[in-house]
Amino acid sequence: MSLQAENLTVYYQTLHGDVRALEDATFTVADGEIMGLAGESGCGKSTLCNSLILLTPPMKLVRGSVILDGTELPLTDMEGMNPFRFKKISIIPQYAMNALNPTRKIGKMTAELLRSRKVDFRATLPELKRRLDLVELTHDVLSMYPIELSGGMKQRMVMVLSTLMNPSLLIADEITSALDVSTQKAVAEMLVEFRDREIVKSLIVITHDISILYQIADSILIMYAGQLAEKASTEVIIHSPRHPYTKLLISSLPEIGVKHAEKRLTGIPGNPPLLLDPPVGCRFRERCPVAFEKCLEVPPFIQVEKDHFVACWKEFETHAQA
Amino acid sequence: MKKQKRKSEFLYFALRNKKLQVGLIIVLFFLLLSFIGPTLAHNEPLAYVNPGGAEPPSSEYWFGTTFFGQDVFAQFVYGLRATFLVGIIGGGLGTLIGILFGFTAGYRGGIVDEILNILTNIVLVIPTLAVLLIIAAYLEVRSILMECIFIGFTAWPWAARAIRAQTFSLRTREFVDLARMSGMKPLKIVFTEVAPNMMSYLVMTFILQFGGAILNAATLDFIGLGPTNAVSLGLMMKLAVLWGALQLGSWWWFIPPGLAITAIVGALYIMNVGLDEVFNPKLREM
Amino acid sequence: MLKLDRISKVYKIGTFGGKELYAVSDVSFDIQDGQVVSLIGESGSGKSTIGKMILRLISTSSGAILFNGVDVSSLKGEALKEYRRSVQGVFQDPFSSYNPIFKADRVFKIIREEFFPEMEGAEWTEKVEQSLTAVGLNPAHVLDKFPHQLSGGQLQRFLIARALLLDIRFLVADEIISMLDASTRIDVLNLLADLKSRGLSVLFITHDLSLGYYISERAVILYRGCVAEMGTTEKIYNSPLHPYTKMLMASVPRLDKKWEDAEVELKAKQAEFTGGCVYYARCPVADKALGCDAFRPPLIEIEPDHFVACFRYE
Repeated sequence: MSLQAENLTVYYQTLHGDVRALEDATFTVADGEIMGLAGESGCGKSTLCNSLILLTPPMKLVRGSVILDGTELPLTDMEGMNPFRFKKISIIPQYAMNALNPTRKIGKMTAELLRSRKVDFRATLPELKRRLDLVELTHDVLSMYPIELSGGMKQRMVMVLSTLMNPSLLIADEITSALDVSTQKAVAEMLVEFRDREIVKSLIVITHDISILYQIADSILIMYAGQLAEKASTEVIIHSPRHPYTKLLISSLPEIGVKHAEKRLTGIPGNPPLLLDPPVGCRFRERCPVAFEKCLEVPPFIQVEKDHFVACWKEFETHAQA
Repeated sequence: MKKQKRKSEFLYFALRNKKLQVGLIIVLFFLLLSFIGPTLAHNEPLAYVNPGGAEPPSSEYWFGTTFFGQDVFAQFVYGLRATFLVGIIGGGLGTLIGILFGFTAGYRGGIVDEILNILTNIVLVIPTLAVLLIIAAYLEVRSILMECIFIGFTAWPWAARAIRAQTFSLRTREFVDLARMSGMKPLKIVFTEVAPNMMSYLVMTFILQFGGAILNAATLDFIGLGPTNAVSLGLMMKLAVLWGALQLGSWWWFIPPGLAITAIVGALYIMNVGLDEVFNPKLREM
Repeated sequence: MLKLDRISKVYKIGTFGGKELYAVSDVSFDIQDGQVVSLIGESGSGKSTIGKMILRLISTSSGAILFNGVDVSSLKGEALKEYRRSVQGVFQDPFSSYNPIFKADRVFKIIREEFFPEMEGAEWTEKVEQSLTAVGLNPAHVLDKFPHQLSGGQLQRFLIARALLLDIRFLVADEIISMLDASTRIDVLNLLADLKSRGLSVLFITHDLSLGYYISERAVILYRGCVAEMGTTEKIYNSPLHPYTKMLMASVPRLDKKWEDAEVELKAKQAEFTGGCVYYARCPVADKALGCDAFRPPLIEIEPDHFVACFRYE
């Protein structure tokens, strides 16, 4: 499977104007890749993934295209996207585990869901049971109500549902945020297992917790204020990042073994810009310690080393000199 | 600056909301009529002016006359006044008592809430008709004020319940905890933190009480338990039916009051729905 | 400065309130002057309940809270208000802590009305500005604004400034940075550490172990309302004794090493507690012979300032 996004630009229409939530996102996800998508609130990561599945008002597609396995996705065509959704590209939305209908038994809800996708529940039942075994849920779970399940169990149930049709690409939006530390580990590892068993081919894991990505992701894409900042393999992002934002972000993460008395960490002064009227050029410009005049122009997201993409004029300069 | 913008954003939606506009226009129209009507009507409502008895609308008697030769238009506009009075006083009283009980029960919780709940439920299930009949048996003369008080004292449970539920949910919010940590007394917290957040809710509760009071009054008047010495729309309808307007075909006697009550209460409810949209941005149709 | 002595909180649940739920059960620990103690636990551990009991937002079912030797768990009226001058709290959700229809600095006004009613206007403005600069905020940027116009980090610092107005000695910080962005978290954390050096004591309630390590001298690990392990941060993190602590340390995602293949058992919905050690149902080394299923292990000191509640270490 392969996903190629080209200049994907999505704005939100509001009373006060267009919120430029995602600007010119160009990237690829390869077959078998677990790509982590990290960034702070308002960076556009949820917008990016929601636009791949359900691009409805107030979102509007300004320009750009997405090609999945060689076919262009008809993002704005609700009907046209139907054969892709759930079967080729699937999402575990944020707070999904809280969205389970409290008055329906899990089994009944699953049957209704499958029926709406024109899939026969009876025929898929054996596979469903195999998946439940895989995530260590008993088959009884199908006859329970959501309130009888713990947070971790609900999350695993949602994972099973979203991957039932073996989609090529699975997008997991903040699925570990609301869980306890111990359950987080189990759920995150389960994602990797899905990929290893080829239940899904590739994954995009959205989170703000980079340490989880270090554990399970092959590559990480960092976003800031609607623009792509850097994409590289996990090792490179953590240990040798190039974009100033990535560098500051990684160095501001507290680690076990680091005490305030010994090494005082620093954050990034300032706040992310409002996207209603974003700054011209690179949006990190105002908080960047190495910004210069060229930064008034939007830096393109290009490859500076093998599989290492950065959008930073300063880095292009140093790279050109190297 | 931002506060101004907020106010005008609220007004922007308020004034543009179709339901609010329509409802408000209807209610204001009748309100205006109740103010200037009596000056337009040159007869006393209960005076016997037309020896001819029941006559259809004419240029002299705009709404015709009753079986007894009274000016229907005069009765109508005076009746409107009574109707609005009952709405405001009866509805207002109901809202006030509801606020008192609702806030206390919702904020204090525990045993106080239990006791007030029992009280609310008792008043809710009291057959108001039976009570009114008993009161009617004792009181020779009943005024409009009596009716207002009675309606107010029996309609508040609905308001109390709604306000209690809202207060419960607001009370657990963290800004209330913050106020408690600042040493604020509970009463002050209710009035300065909780109530302002519920303003829209309180306004809508009042509007519903207003409409409900009018309907209640009309029903009471119609079955003869209303005020004994006044004119109201409900009384008009009662007398009309009692004195054979249906058989005689004097439609002008009971249709205007009936229509007016329906229009006012209906408009109030439509306003309520409109207000809900204004206050709750999620319901707005963009 | 603050000592919790066998604190418990019981809720009556079930129809007719027949059953009891111990949200907090016999918890004791203390916090010295100028010390930051992390109270670490997952959901359902009772850590927030303890915080609220210290702040007197919830009543205690039994036990005592001693603040400088005085039991504050049953204070009322004026005495309670005096207590509030010394002990304040900041909560998890910055946006929920402000009444959305009022401006943010209303929280300052409330403090003024309640605690400094006779202070002159100019003196008050100066006091406010001092507080704001102490937390790293520019008064010109943050005063006279609505909560939704400020960022989460600014709002949390605003709340700390509010607490500082009262010249508090003790702050309860309940997950105050979990809803903030990564880049602002560290600033608020550094602020707490700076205030500590001025003599402020902090109870830092969190579920994030790396934050606990960064900022606190001592840590208390809580599981289902009971203290599992307690001691200096180094000892707890580097040589955890309790099976639960070990499991936590193994599950924390770190940036310097990958997860080991330690099996983490996923828990079903919390089963009812039937007596014995609270961790019995999930413990990999539980042993009936030691009495793990029948008795509650006492908290014992294994080495100086390292306590654990586990029968394996008797």
